[in-house]
Amino acid sequence: MAILTYREALNHAHREEMERDERVFLMGEEVGIYGGAYKVSQGLLEKFGERRVIDTPICESGFTGVGIGAAMVGLRPIIEMMTFNFALVALDQIVNHAAKIHYMSGGQFSIPLVIRGPGGPAAQLAAQHSQSMESYFCHVPGLKVVRPTTPADAKGLLKSAIRDDNPVIFIESEVLYGMKGEVPDDADFLIPLGVAEVKRPGRDVTAVAYSSLYYRVVEAAEEVERTDGISVEIIDPRTLRPMDTETILTSVRKTHRALVAESGAGFAGMGSEIAAFITESAFDDLDAPVWRVCGANAPMPYARNLERLKTPSKDRIVDAFRKLCAV
Amino acid sequence: MAVTKVVMPKLSEAMETGKLLRWLKQEGDRISGGDIVAEIETDKADIELEAFGSGILRKVLIAPGATVPVGSLIAIIADPADDLGALGAAAQPGPSAAAAAPASTPPAPAPVAPAAAPALPPLPPPAAAATRGSDGQAPAATAPAPFVAGGPRLKASPLAKKLAQQAGVDLAQVRGTGPGGRIIQRDIQAVAAQSRPAPAAAPGASPAASPVRAVPAIARLAGESEDQPLSPLRAAIARQMVQSKGPVPHFYVTTEIAMERASALREELQALPGAPKVTFTDLIVRASAITLLKHPGVNASLHGEAIRRYRAVHLGLAVALDEGLITPVLRDADQKSVFQIASEARDLVERTRARKLRAQELSGATFTVSNLGMFPVDEFSAIINPPEGAILAVGAIGDKPVVVNGQLAVGRRMRVTLSCDHRVMDGAMAARFLADLKAVLEAPLALLV
Amino acid sequence: MAVKDKTGGRPSAGAGLDGTLARTLLRQMLLIRRFEEKAAEMYALGKIGGFLHLYIGQEAVAVGAISVLRADDYVIAGYREHGHALAKGVDPRRVMAELFGRKDGVSKGKGGSMHMFDRAAGFLGGHAIVGGYIPIATGVAFAIRYGDGDQVILCFFGDGSVPQGEFHESLNLAALWKLPVVFVCENNRYAMGTAIERALAQTDIRRFAEAYGLPGEACDGMDVLAVRDTVSRAVARARAERTPTLVEARTYRFRGHSMRDPAAAIYRTKDEVEEEKRRDPLLLFEHRGRRAGALDDSSVHAITTEVEATVAEAVAFAETSPEPPAEWLTEDVYA
Repeated sequence: MAILTYREALNHAHREEMERDERVFLMGEEVGIYGGAYKVSQGLLEKFGERRVIDTPICESGFTGVGIGAAMVGLRPIIEMMTFNFALVALDQIVNHAAKIHYMSGGQFSIPLVIRGPGGPAAQLAAQHSQSMESYFCHVPGLKVVRPTTPADAKGLLKSAIRDDNPVIFIESEVLYGMKGEVPDDADFLIPLGVAEVKRPGRDVTAVAYSSLYYRVVEAAEEVERTDGISVEIIDPRTLRPMDTETILTSVRKTHRALVAESGAGFAGMGSEIAAFITESAFDDLDAPVWRVCGANAPMPYARNLERLKTPSKDRIVDAFRKLCAV
Repeated sequence: MAVTKVVMPKLSEAMETGKLLRWLKQEGDRISGGDIVAEIETDKADIELEAFGSGILRKVLIAPGATVPVGSLIAIIADPADDLGALGAAAQPGPSAAAAAPASTPPAPAPVAPAAAPALPPLPPPAAAATRGSDGQAPAATAPAPFVAGGPRLKASPLAKKLAQQAGVDLAQVRGTGPGGRIIQRDIQAVAAQSRPAPAAAPGASPAASPVRAVPAIARLAGESEDQPLSPLRAAIARQMVQSKGPVPHFYVTTEIAMERASALREELQALPGAPKVTFTDLIVRASAITLLKHPGVNASLHGEAIRRYRAVHLGLAVALDEGLITPVLRDADQKSVFQIASEARDLVERTRARKLRAQELSGATFTVSNLGMFPVDEFSAIINPPEGAILAVGAIGDKPVVVNGQLAVGRRMRVTLSCDHRVMDGAMAARFLADLKAVLEAPLALLV
Repeated sequence: MAVKDKTGGRPSAGAGLDGTLARTLLRQMLLIRRFEEKAAEMYALGKIGGFLHLYIGQEAVAVGAISVLRADDYVIAGYREHGHALAKGVDPRRVMAELFGRKDGVSKGKGGSMHMFDRAAGFLGGHAIVGGYIPIATGVAFAIRYGDGDQVILCFFGDGSVPQGEFHESLNLAALWKLPVVFVCENNRYAMGTAIERALAQTDIRRFAEAYGLPGEACDGMDVLAVRDTVSRAVARARAERTPTLVEARTYRFRGHSMRDPAAAIYRTKDEVEEEKRRDPLLLFEHRGRRAGALDDSSVHAITTEVEATVAEAVAFAETSPEPPAEWLTEDVYA
């Protein structure tokens, strides 16, 4: 077991998978010589060469399409989006092509593609660099969507994503790259896609959280345990699509109260989907409506104080826990 | 040809279903128009159902006890020779729903059957429900709970309902501590815990005997509280008032009326031979009726995008019963003398108390008078009965210090408050009405002409 | 009917035209022509639903270009693709079945007219986003180079794709990375109802190649031999040097943009269409073939009979193929 940062964990995943399978290559802006805008791909060009670590010009739609074409005829590309906000330029490629070619061709061509990069709120990066976009991709049949929370998640999930034969949207987080955690050394350490993790067991409330906001939910859970004796069980779905609904439902049937925390604006966000299936499948076990703690319905502002208000604060999450328990 | 369809009448805006209590005629009986053929229970009252045609009661289509939607065909009156085939299949009794419960309760075959076994076999347990990673959701499978008709609407979490059912706890007896008074898990747990014997107090836990002598407590009923489920009438009132107070912009105008002369007039009228009992309410009803004729803007209501001014004055009289408030209607009050008003009003009140009103006596009021003067109530503001435009609230007549010609004197004064729908009338109109009402009551011979 | 013989670009030799080649080219163009006519008829009968974009008039481009490919080369096209699929060797029965939405269609009935795919034939679709698949073609070429292969991919698109960003991004990447792709722009002068003069500041499409340092060549898209000539040089360049080429084939569609759009509607005149029909590629080629002695009555007749039988068989096959089973709805969403 090693202690690695989140970015190191991702880096190791790249290395291991590119060593293991010749067909895997990395393509994106600044991934080669620069070592990656967030240093995730540091050292890869030196190790694997220009053939397998390719710097692109700035044309997300173009190079995502290149990834799709390469995948159609048997390669396994990793396309890096410098930030996932830029993936929106390639939305047509992702949604109309990557997600659908397997289906439209009656199963003849698969697209074993990973599109990865950081997303969600960062630190004063303002409106166009701070979006939580997982909802957009979750809505498209044919895509898989993953948001790793811890360094171990990052490594295990990226390896699985690379080995998956489907297009996987893999959204990391700028603010987590430096986070340290235990990561298994084993080159075959994989976290399967579509499996959630109970990251913190509890009795009174099920909180569903992922990525950077997960850590704030942990703080809030620890606080309400101290002050109100509320025991919060935190579930990290890890894969948002396909989501491991069963783990979440099992937890809710035990705790009877559920909360979803997400950084993005709540309307049509992840919480909507989670609240829907909990209500459909665990209605009689609910002691309260499923609650969502979401980002404010506004683009991310620049000013530090406003940015703080946009994303759910620990206090808001604490209040939500209390309200759910009718304290 | 001379076929008369007898249908379940709609007696109020909110009425959706009615229950047939009993048939007063049988199939084969000869019916004349105006005969009472049945008794119907509505949310407001038990009413007598008149036949609107003559002939033989050819078919009775629903049984006593059946609840059907308004408008349903319930009987047919026709000549012996009339062909009834054109009416097609007999109207089935519609799905029954408790009159008090608002929409979306599942149908039951007969009302108020605290069922034992559920109607459907239990669904198989969700063994493979919602497999990992699937997007489609299998519905949670539970055996459907037995349906109990006519329950009040309580707020309780799904879990609390399930626990209550399992523990045999009556939700109606539980006080909810959740948001908005919702009954939640801990409330059921508390009730269940209470019914268990209390654990023995730990040694040293009992408080030391207080040196202060305990004051003898007033005997109180056991338990923390008692919930009385809403009777159908109360539920209907609750619904109606929200429909008024919510959307209707009320404003209120009050005036004080000197009732000495009206008092005297009442006594003189009472003394006349053959006079019916005349109450102050009767005088106020007459006064209101003739004043409304002079202020048609107050005898009005909002209808869609128009203000409907009624030509006639049909006065609603608020009658308080134990269970709630019913407002029978005294029709054409402007055309009736004080004596006629007095005897009709008394008859209405008696039949209201006995719940024996006719359909047309329960609706159609253009204005309502509500008198709490028999209690020590100085004044109050009533809530308008929708769809009327105003309501007059009458307080008690009492001795008050008053100023007459610069001198302190004792006056017999009564305060009345007019609640008005501001979409229909403005303050000045209301004030002018009250001014005239006051003038009429203070010079009450006008009531007699 | 007088056939106007106007060669744009390099003259294509009438003499020396091989009989086998002539018969092959004629057969393929005629197959496409008859197939498309039949498809139009089937559409009018309600057997084909949705959109139907006919290739009638442009046969020489697909046939001429694809005729120079190896079996292991790739083709990718847009939604006006039946001709390209047939020219690449996709079974006409399975193309018709796909149009009918039946389970024996090339895409199991799940693609339809705009999404034909055939892995075995190297036909990569079948895409409905204008210009959206041009980067994908570039990606296939990337993979060929990555694997040190010597295959080539032909990417067909219309004049309507040229303004789209992906066209430019793709040419840039292909030139920058030296990828074995030939971009074939079928300039039929109208993008749906928009004439090229109203869409492009630079209407000489082959010149876009210059912006990316690539060779750009135009050819007469109604002359199958001219197309064949130009594309074969582009393919050779791609295969040997990994230099992409932009080929502009100047052609014309005789029918509307799709079945919803009558042939001579509001954006071009009936006269113009009739004038262009005088350069019908089938007639032009048959004329040339006969002049060169490579085609005669007997061979033309044999080809015609055979093609008609093939098309009839395709319809019969499609008619008898069942609809896809309900379970197929949610299959192939994930691999």
